[in-house]
Amino acid sequence: MITATEVVAGVKSGNISCEELVWRIYERIERSELNCFITLNKAAALAEAREEDKRRRKNEREYEKENGRKKLLGVPVAVKDSISTQGIQTTCASKILTGYVPPYDATVVEALKREGAIILGKTNMDEFCMGTSTETSFYGPTKNPHDLSRVPGGSSGGSAAAVSPAAGEAVLALGSDTGGSIRCPASFCGVVGLKPTYGLVSRYGLIAYANSLEQIGPLASNVSDAALLLEVLAVKDERDSTNFSLEKKNNREKEGVKGMKIGVPREFLEGEGVSPEVKKAVWNAVQRFEELGAECEEVSLPNLNLKHALAAYYIIAVSEASSNLARFDGLRYGLRTGKDEDWHTTFSRIRGEGFGEEVKRRIILGTYALSAGYYGKYYLKALKVRTLVKNEFEVALKRYDLLATPTMPFVAFRLGERIKDPLSLYLADVNTVPVNLAGVPSLSLPCESSGAGAGVGAGAGAGKLPIGLQLVGGHFEEWKILRAGLAFEQATTL
Amino acid sequence: MKSEDRSGEVKIGLECHAQLLTRSKLFCPCSTDYQNSEPNTHVCPTCLGLPGALPVVNEQAIKYGVKVALALGCEVQPVTTFYRKNYFYPDLPRGFQITQYDFPIALNGLVKIENKKVRIRRVHLEEDPGRLVYKGTIETAKYSLVDYNRSGIPLVEIVTEPDLRSPKEARVFLGKLRSVLGYLGVFDSDLEGALRVDANVSVAGGERAEVKNISSYKGVERALSFEITRQRNLLRRGLGVVQETRHYDEARGITVSMRTKEFEHDYRYFPEPDLVPIRISGLVAGLRAEIPELPDEKKKRFVSQYSVTQEHANSLTFDKSVADFYEEVVSKMPKTEAVAGSSAAVAGSSAAWVATWVADVLKGELNYRGISMREASKLISAGDFVTVLKLLKEGVVTERGATEILREMLDRGGKPKEIVKKKGLASLGSAETEKAVFEVLGEEQNAGAVADYKLGKKEALNFLVGQVLKKTRGRAEPKKINELLKLELQKK
Repeated sequence: MITATEVVAGVKSGNISCEELVWRIYERIERSELNCFITLNKAAALAEAREEDKRRRKNEREYEKENGRKKLLGVPVAVKDSISTQGIQTTCASKILTGYVPPYDATVVEALKREGAIILGKTNMDEFCMGTSTETSFYGPTKNPHDLSRVPGGSSGGSAAAVSPAAGEAVLALGSDTGGSIRCPASFCGVVGLKPTYGLVSRYGLIAYANSLEQIGPLASNVSDAALLLEVLAVKDERDSTNFSLEKKNNREKEGVKGMKIGVPREFLEGEGVSPEVKKAVWNAVQRFEELGAECEEVSLPNLNLKHALAAYYIIAVSEASSNLARFDGLRYGLRTGKDEDWHTTFSRIRGEGFGEEVKRRIILGTYALSAGYYGKYYLKALKVRTLVKNEFEVALKRYDLLATPTMPFVAFRLGERIKDPLSLYLADVNTVPVNLAGVPSLSLPCESSGAGAGVGAGAGAGKLPIGLQLVGGHFEEWKILRAGLAFEQATTL
Repeated sequence: MKSEDRSGEVKIGLECHAQLLTRSKLFCPCSTDYQNSEPNTHVCPTCLGLPGALPVVNEQAIKYGVKVALALGCEVQPVTTFYRKNYFYPDLPRGFQITQYDFPIALNGLVKIENKKVRIRRVHLEEDPGRLVYKGTIETAKYSLVDYNRSGIPLVEIVTEPDLRSPKEARVFLGKLRSVLGYLGVFDSDLEGALRVDANVSVAGGERAEVKNISSYKGVERALSFEITRQRNLLRRGLGVVQETRHYDEARGITVSMRTKEFEHDYRYFPEPDLVPIRISGLVAGLRAEIPELPDEKKKRFVSQYSVTQEHANSLTFDKSVADFYEEVVSKMPKTEAVAGSSAAVAGSSAAWVATWVADVLKGELNYRGISMREASKLISAGDFVTVLKLLKEGVVTERGATEILREMLDRGGKPKEIVKKKGLASLGSAETEKAVFEVLGEEQNAGAVADYKLGKKEALNFLVGQVLKKTRGRAEPKKINELLKLELQKK
């Protein structure tokens, strides 16, 4: 699959026809069994691509001047369905938002358009981002491009599967990550996904699941593309009060990992449920970093109790979700069925019909956690745990440039294997959620392939299931993580 | 015995919500000037609660909130945060209201009314929900419509301790509050529904009830009187008062039970994660300096500077625009007396005389027409008012004539001197007055009154004065008529 950098250069020079590129991608999407997309933006995207080609042919010199600086010129991008797109149905993979067409663009979508990207469509996901497998989608699960009998991870499963070279259904994709929703599917699908520092990317237009935890971030087939997309996403936005302007520019001049100190926290590797092959893959990756000149050492984060962090994460997430999802009542937009009765009967019926099981479970849990008499016991206590987790990461990230851990404790599991057991699914997030609690940035990139696959994948590397490596950095140190990721990627052939 | 007997003692605490006069809404850039607009035209993704839209705090609203807190003598808190109050209702587009809970803008204030102090528990900001609208009436409409123009309008909520002891005190407190908010320029007291009140009421021996939906400043006294009577009757019959939330039905003037304690909402307050805590301590010094002279201080100054009565001072300073108008009129009045008499007392008495004309006559006419000073000042400028008073002082018109001019200006407009001409309001000279007096005394129908007067019935004189006034259409000076009548009657 072509990279974003190649597309930009090709479209600029005229070596690539934007329309042809987009056309070929839609052909693949339409033939695909993966179910990466909920809604396609085909007519508009093709028209946009045709226009792009026409503009260039009309006046090459002017075109260069006007468009030469656009960072994503002609790049086909898939957008997770949790992100608002003006004029394109946005459902969050829920029945309750079926038919909802936002009248406005999320800030990140505005940024994509400003930089010349072409929006392919809206990708499949777990309903309201609540899941680790994309199986809770009202529109059916997405399949793993490396093994169609397996899940792609979640919740941004559609986005991760689409950018996988094995699928080739998008060059870049946007995901959103509340507790691992970018990194988990990146890990399962063998692509690169980054959860930015909380506040780096505007959340304006992102349909909220847990506001205090989530960020929009890039998914790509390689580290450079992820970095390119992040650059476009990280713009200051007055419409999001939790958005920071980055005063201190990251030092992007440096290359490589020579002299970098990388800590490998024991707690993330030794936890129950981490599969031996994942453990081995991470140690192999650590060794590669050492070969590249980094100083790596095993470290313990004694105050980081991952089980407590997981519990705290779920309490905060479901509490916020129970409030965020109150607005879906069918009155102003989305699902409206049956005869209107008095408002509470109608609200109850529409919410009963419109929300899936997992969403209802979390709304009920969150409502309970925030109730009078329980607030202090659950929500406030969870906030305290969150502070502890944050402090522990801060301390560790003063001593180390990066922390390296497995993204997921295991490789992609089979469709239907865990969906009936929510608790086992929640436990799969154990390595990703502490990062969201701490608000620090984290990258997942493929580090090795396991032999566990069934050999029915769609493309290169078929039969092998990817293993993801998670690199965690300090607040606003995305570029340091990406630098390490790039060095690793260049030194690795999968 | 009197002061110790607490049985039947009433306790009232108020939660007052006032719309703040910011230009845009509390969390989005939509205009707040929605009063005369089509429904759902002042809306955006944020105040409609569309998925993904985020709130951003309007700094002006924060400043107004701090100003209100300072004017009510509160302790402004160093840092303030917003919370979500979760409940379902069709006028609430997000399923929660963004309000404040822990860490409000300010705590612990004090407001003086008449001879008592009312403690303010807290001052905080919150957003107004939308509004349900019915085609026809609520009873006959087949469905409800929702207008979100009001959704997100900033409200300042002022909560008192239960220090009020009667419906009248509650009304006086609200009047004071309205006055202070108006002085700060953060509130439009002329606006329908701009001040809404919930009241917690209890009578000793019973639980308290919360009465919601008191939407007019005048409704408070009626709602509370009803509620207190209701509670007293229950206690008298030994039935007890339960803790509950009641709804005030303005049309019927009664309160109706909405829900009892067991069915109270659990609002599940928690900090609004889309907003960050706001440090406000730095605003205090600057905003304190912006607070104008408030009603109490102005009242004192009017009494000492203009020698007006306490009552006039109250009336003149309740509404800042009235006070400003009064002071402008006083400053524009010719200083002849001050020069001639060269004493402050004379000037003062002149200002006190102006006070009668503003506080009694002008305000009386405004109340009768239900218009505010601000509206009236578009029809009568301070300069015009001075002209009217000059015409009166110079004897060109009588008091009644002067009042006539003001009425004409309010009802149909025009300039004072033109009105005098147009309506023939100029006072009559002594010859014409004498002529009218002779005519009245000579008329058959008045013979009885003349006889009565002669018999010592002094009231008969008033009747005769009235007859002369009627004949002259108010253009004769009552004092003069009186003198002439007495003189002539003695002759008879």
